[in-house]
Amino acid sequence: MNPAATAPRIAWRLATVIEVLPETSETRTLVLDVPEWPGHRAGQHVDVRLTAEDGYQAERSYSIASPPEESHLALTVERLDDGEVSPYLSDELHAGDTLELRGPIGGYFVWDVANGGPLFLVGGGSGIVPLMAMLRHRNAVLASADADVRSGLPARLLYSSRRWDNVIYREELAHLAESDPTLEVVHTITRNPPDGWTGFRRRIDRAMLEKIGWPPSEQPRVFVCGPTPLVESVASALVEIGHQPALVKTERFGPTGGST
Amino acid sequence: MALISRGFRGRRQSAETAGRLPPGQYATRDFPVLSAGPTPRTPLAAWDFTVRAADGRSARWTWDEFTALPHQTTTKDIHCVTKWSKFDTVWEGISIDTLLSEAAAKGVTSSPHVIARCDGGYTTNLPLADVTGGKAWIAFMYDGKPLPPEHGGPARLLVPHLYFWKSAKWVRELLLMERDMPGFWESLGYHNYGDPWREQRYAGDE
Repeated sequence: MNPAATAPRIAWRLATVIEVLPETSETRTLVLDVPEWPGHRAGQHVDVRLTAEDGYQAERSYSIASPPEESHLALTVERLDDGEVSPYLSDELHAGDTLELRGPIGGYFVWDVANGGPLFLVGGGSGIVPLMAMLRHRNAVLASADADVRSGLPARLLYSSRRWDNVIYREELAHLAESDPTLEVVHTITRNPPDGWTGFRRRIDRAMLEKIGWPPSEQPRVFVCGPTPLVESVASALVEIGHQPALVKTERFGPTGGST
Repeated sequence: MALISRGFRGRRQSAETAGRLPPGQYATRDFPVLSAGPTPRTPLAAWDFTVRAADGRSARWTWDEFTALPHQTTTKDIHCVTKWSKFDTVWEGISIDTLLSEAAAKGVTSSPHVIARCDGGYTTNLPLADVTGGKAWIAFMYDGKPLPPEHGGPARLLVPHLYFWKSAKWVRELLLMERDMPGFWESLGYHNYGDPWREQRYAGDE
């Protein structure tokens, strides 16, 4: 008998919006109080369900941005102009409102410190969200760990955004990197780099991955999340470089077209 | 009892479309890509397909032998557990019925369960009854063209009446088994059977 067949149902829960935090012009974070939240692992997501007055329902999945260590659940939502659910979450929902969700969901694109390192995260656009949960989790655990443990779990993030203003969690990433010598955050800005920008200004490619990532011999745990074209090309390049496919975990979103 | 989301209208589907959408799904015209790791790329010269019995006996086809088997074109709606559905997708492939009968002629005996094994290590489990009787194919053409690698090419399982993670990409083997055994997503919190009309997304969903 499959043990999963006897698992309890993942129940719909009523979450209350505690706070709404603007991130970029297209994204904001919903901080939610979820009674009896069973806990989650960094990288997992939830299903959100909206119900109209006549009973019509729509469901979508959103990555969890907060680490397991935080008592509230944070979802960072990108507003898609032609979306059905994200405009509601972006424009209509305010502190004090309630929202139905269930989770946590997904047991593969997850990382916790017990999985070891080095940790190499590659993200594009709002694909940063589950990667941020991993960095926040790592930071929360390592804050109380000694230097030996910290140096055994180095992390690098390579993050592609169209413009500097589109960089989600920009301040927090800078702060994390400044305060942690074992974390390196590298941006590439593909459309309009700011004046004086000396960093990468092209889509993530093999050369960039070789320069920023660890060599395959270090066996980094690699997580790639972003639009499909980015994930396809990054994952293929990582395998070409020599990383074991089983250590490269991916999460894709959006249609086959599009780009970041 | 669902909470009413104040101010939410949603995007209504036409009556005809609504009847084809399982609960919690929305219709898309795109063909999103979802996979847990890098896209494997096996050259056709190295590709083969195997049907293996519980006792280890097997039937094997090279790419040329495989694609020379009688095949069919089928038009189906598909439903991904990540909520999108796509209507009227056109596939060309070999019915599992055909493969099992060819394999039976080579002494491969049937069993009540099957697990699909794929390049990249992916697996998914199905009752044999869900891949026989004209319900499932190994598809190698999509929309009149060779199936692209990111969508599972050179060949993928197609079981359109179940959530699409059951339609395993990059499939290389069907292993017949006496007992059920959970596959990749089925071991990671997803439903063991995955009927979209009963919204069996996750373990525990009825």
